[in-house]
Amino acid sequence: MSGFFKSSIGRKVAMALSAFFLMFFLLQHFAINSLSVFSADLFNEVSHFMGTNWLIQFVMQPILILGVVFHFVMGFILELKNKKANGVSYAKNNGAANSSWMSRNMIWSGVAILAFIILHFIDFWFPEINTKFIQGDWSGMHDGELRYFHELQHKFLSPIRVGAYVLAFIFLALHLLHGFTSAFQSMGATAGRKKTLQTIGKAYSIIIPFGFIIIAVYHHLNHH
Amino acid sequence: MALDSKVPKGSIKDKWTDYKNHIDLVNPANKRHIDVIVVGTGLAGGSAAATLAELGYNVKAFAYQDSPRRAHSIAAQGGINAAKNYQGDGDSTYRLFYDTVKGGDYRSREANVYRLAEVSANIIDQCVAQGVPFARDYGGLLDNRSFGGVLVSRTFYAKGQTGQQLLLGAYSAMNRQIARGKIEMFNRHEMLDVVKVDGKARGIIARDLITGKIERHSAHAVVIATGGYGNVYFLSTNAMGSNATAAWKIHKKGAFFANPCYTQIHPTCIPRSGDYQSKLTLMSESLRNDGRIWVPKHMDDVMAIREGRKKPTDLTEEERDYYLERRYPAFGNLVPRDVASRAAKERCDAGYGVNATGEAVYLDFKSAINRYGKEQAKIHNITNASEEKIYELGQAIVEAKYGNLFQMYEKIVDENPYKTPMMIYPATHYTMGGIWVDYNLMTTVPGLYCIGEANFSDHGANRLGASALMQGLADGYFVLPYTIGDYLSDDIRTGEIPTNTPEFDAVEKEVTDRIDFFMNNKGSKSVDHFHKRLGNVMWDKVGMARNEKGLKEAMAEIKAIREEFWKEVKVPGTANEMNLELEKAGRVADFLELGELFAKDALERNESCGGHFREESVELDGEQKGEAKRNDTDFAFVSAWEYKGEPADAVLHKEELEFKDIELKQRSYK
Amino acid sequence: MNLTLKIWRQKDASSKGQMVDYKVTDISEHMSFLEMMDVLNEQLVNSGDEPVAFDHDCREGICGMCSMYINGEAHGPDRGVTTCQLHMRMFKDGDTITIEPFRAAAFPVIKDLVVDRMAFERIQQAGGYISVNTSGNTQDANALPISKHAADEAMDAATCIGCGACVASCKNSSAMLFVGAKVSQYALLPQGQVEAVDRVQNMVAQMDLEGFGNCTNTGACEIECPKGISLENIARMNRELMKASLK
Repeated sequence: MSGFFKSSIGRKVAMALSAFFLMFFLLQHFAINSLSVFSADLFNEVSHFMGTNWLIQFVMQPILILGVVFHFVMGFILELKNKKANGVSYAKNNGAANSSWMSRNMIWSGVAILAFIILHFIDFWFPEINTKFIQGDWSGMHDGELRYFHELQHKFLSPIRVGAYVLAFIFLALHLLHGFTSAFQSMGATAGRKKTLQTIGKAYSIIIPFGFIIIAVYHHLNHH
Repeated sequence: MALDSKVPKGSIKDKWTDYKNHIDLVNPANKRHIDVIVVGTGLAGGSAAATLAELGYNVKAFAYQDSPRRAHSIAAQGGINAAKNYQGDGDSTYRLFYDTVKGGDYRSREANVYRLAEVSANIIDQCVAQGVPFARDYGGLLDNRSFGGVLVSRTFYAKGQTGQQLLLGAYSAMNRQIARGKIEMFNRHEMLDVVKVDGKARGIIARDLITGKIERHSAHAVVIATGGYGNVYFLSTNAMGSNATAAWKIHKKGAFFANPCYTQIHPTCIPRSGDYQSKLTLMSESLRNDGRIWVPKHMDDVMAIREGRKKPTDLTEEERDYYLERRYPAFGNLVPRDVASRAAKERCDAGYGVNATGEAVYLDFKSAINRYGKEQAKIHNITNASEEKIYELGQAIVEAKYGNLFQMYEKIVDENPYKTPMMIYPATHYTMGGIWVDYNLMTTVPGLYCIGEANFSDHGANRLGASALMQGLADGYFVLPYTIGDYLSDDIRTGEIPTNTPEFDAVEKEVTDRIDFFMNNKGSKSVDHFHKRLGNVMWDKVGMARNEKGLKEAMAEIKAIREEFWKEVKVPGTANEMNLELEKAGRVADFLELGELFAKDALERNESCGGHFREESVELDGEQKGEAKRNDTDFAFVSAWEYKGEPADAVLHKEELEFKDIELKQRSYK
Repeated sequence: MNLTLKIWRQKDASSKGQMVDYKVTDISEHMSFLEMMDVLNEQLVNSGDEPVAFDHDCREGICGMCSMYINGEAHGPDRGVTTCQLHMRMFKDGDTITIEPFRAAAFPVIKDLVVDRMAFERIQQAGGYISVNTSGNTQDANALPISKHAADEAMDAATCIGCGACVASCKNSSAMLFVGAKVSQYALLPQGQVEAVDRVQNMVAQMDLEGFGNCTNTGACEIECPKGISLENIARMNRELMKASLK
């Protein structure tokens, strides 16, 4: 089995497995975020639970970070290998004739997403770590109430940040539009259900990122 | 020198079994010390190389392409015959034997043909075991289709790509041996001559087509499996690289060349569209099952069509000449290949050709579409179906049967054959003639074997559809591996053949001298220029119909072209690199000699048989008036030509053909 | 029609190549692309220049020898055809056509437009066969019924002509479609089961060794494949390798 993950196909399977995990995480993240549109209290409660539950914090969070890092590092490694496999490049190449822009530019949409994740960490994750692990404040309280909803709204005051988020989610959508079905294909799981997978993939890739965009824009427009 | 066919004694049914029981064998330990060279890796060469390697011989295989799997066997569409009798329609070894001898117009050697029929069933078993995906029926068993000229359904097929699948099967068997180190594969190598030591074939001189390096390879036996010489016509359905160089070179070193005039001209090919044409494309003969062949009755309609003033669909039934149905009411459009081809030529020579080059006739599916449409309407209980509806229903049936061919036609010609009749014209397709071999498939040079299309053995004067693949694989898988062992059993103590001997020096010098000549001859005309001129002479005078005057002219003209070639040919580049013009020059030089022998053989054979039609030898009266007349009294022999310098000086040796198991009959399709 | 051709010229494997411009005139729309190249070469020979070397043989789309990258696409702009079946009616008078060799690190250029595709050979030698002796002493062909569906699907995979268009079109120069087709043909047939585990492992290992890139499922190979080999063959190979690795 260790030999398997050294093969080109094995690496792609590993990419697909980490992608599945990240797509599942994305779904979960989206579900919690969307609560913020409907109920500030509920959002606060769930956020507090996620932020303080030891299983989430000490098991799931490291796995997630590993998953993210793996997906990026492996993505870059594969890209380098692929470049090496190319040899001399064509004087004229008409990629649009046979493949989608998304499929040919996963590395660039990936880089855009990486940039976003860094911004996102600076916005939310580092402050959280600072509060909890450096200052040791696990109460989740600020001015007598749970702080999460306010922090969220505060971040979306800046139109520049909202713009950056919107852009990042467009890249995420592009990444997913190819990545979703591609992950299934790498797992060899497309037989007889290619059409269905493509439909689900399209739905997922559009609904989730645009959902995030709507949430960001909503808070930008409705901050108190 | 008397020709000895070495056919074993005994009844025809037992010959092969008895033979195998009594030949000398080489024990496995000794096979390791014996080398065999196989030149050509199509069905015959590929299967022979794989089998010999598996038996334990050290095989060196040569292909001019970059892979054995690109050999032109790959282009065979229709199928492969085998006397399996899976359909229970009365097929048997004898019946396949009989059909092949009769189809060959009684000009093949009975014993070889019987053996071919005998091993045919094994081929199918073998290929299935190798994973060849033959077509199957819904019960999971192998499907068969029927082919022209026979009364049973015995053709196995893999869509329209049977040759490809069989070749990939043989290639996979080769790969297994290459991986085991038992076959050393020389891709992009061309054999340029054979080396004889003490009268026996002991090696070859080959050119590495990438570096231009001339190499010596030795072996205890040499097998030539380089296919036919149809490219002597320049335009044929052969691959661009298909050539007669190996065959011609061994002929010059003592192997007799048999029946060069037997050529198969296939009637349903896509016509030439202009002078730039580089090759012709064949469409499966099965099209004639449903297509009706015609040309306009009146010359003004021909002109109107050529000038684009009229379309073929504008002509009424009365204005069309369905010449095959007119001349051969019994068989109509389904007459054999040679008859259909000549009839098309006759109409076009008379000026009725329907395209710009004047060399095309129509193959019309309209009546078939209508007939199928009406049938379908009945089946589906559609009463008062409109004409459009009937056409639509019929078109679906035709599409299911020939869809891929129609699509191929449309890609090439850019016309929709469902709407307007196809244009077809005959083209050279297969050469039944080739190097003379005995029952062991050995040429007149000891240790030099020739298998597949390159030899003359099994098809007589005409080959039946779906039999070429059968012969190639039979020779390679099941015949040669036995017969060559009998010869090699004397060589177990010989040891490796050295290549640093005067014999190798001499032949290598011949080869390099010729290459140097090409490189240094600053002529003014390209190789293709000469090849095209040769092709024109061959097609006009040694083509579908031949006569004494034309053949004599052809011999003189070919000689003249050859002389001019050696003065004026121009080969750019250098010899020490990949040089495609140099490759072509060598091949065309050989075609220019072979072409003349071809014409000489046709001149000598003053009878009409199979693919060879002499205008002087036709039925003069009765129902068969004007049809081919075979002459069994004077010509029931194989013409085996011995090289004596100029092709015109070749000496004829006759192998008389005896027919003990089959009665000779004249063909009739009226 | 009159055309400008931009063609990759390279003397041999070790030389540096470059694009060179040529003009051809009076090209008929009925010519095949290779016949147009013949016209150019005849012109070059007559003017004492070296003709452009290109691979070709059967000129009917089955041998898989021809291999040009025309206007940025393997086998040119038409679908379901090889270069030899591409016709000049796909182009217009006055067009400029860029012609390059198939590019991949695993397909080094031999000369001009001729590339070395021996990597494909070595992959097949690693396991692209069923280990059955060619003695003819196998069981009767009908002793092993195979469902029509499986036989047809195996046939679809087996129609691969090994031209390398999949590698040439792939932005990663991946050989997955080719290897997938070869693995699939045997994976779909009962005869292929005995050696299935070793076959897929060995063939994939050889493919990786040859330096082909990774599949990122762009699907370009399937579109450019002259024989329409389906991407499903890649998925099947992935499954086969996973299955084999779990055994």
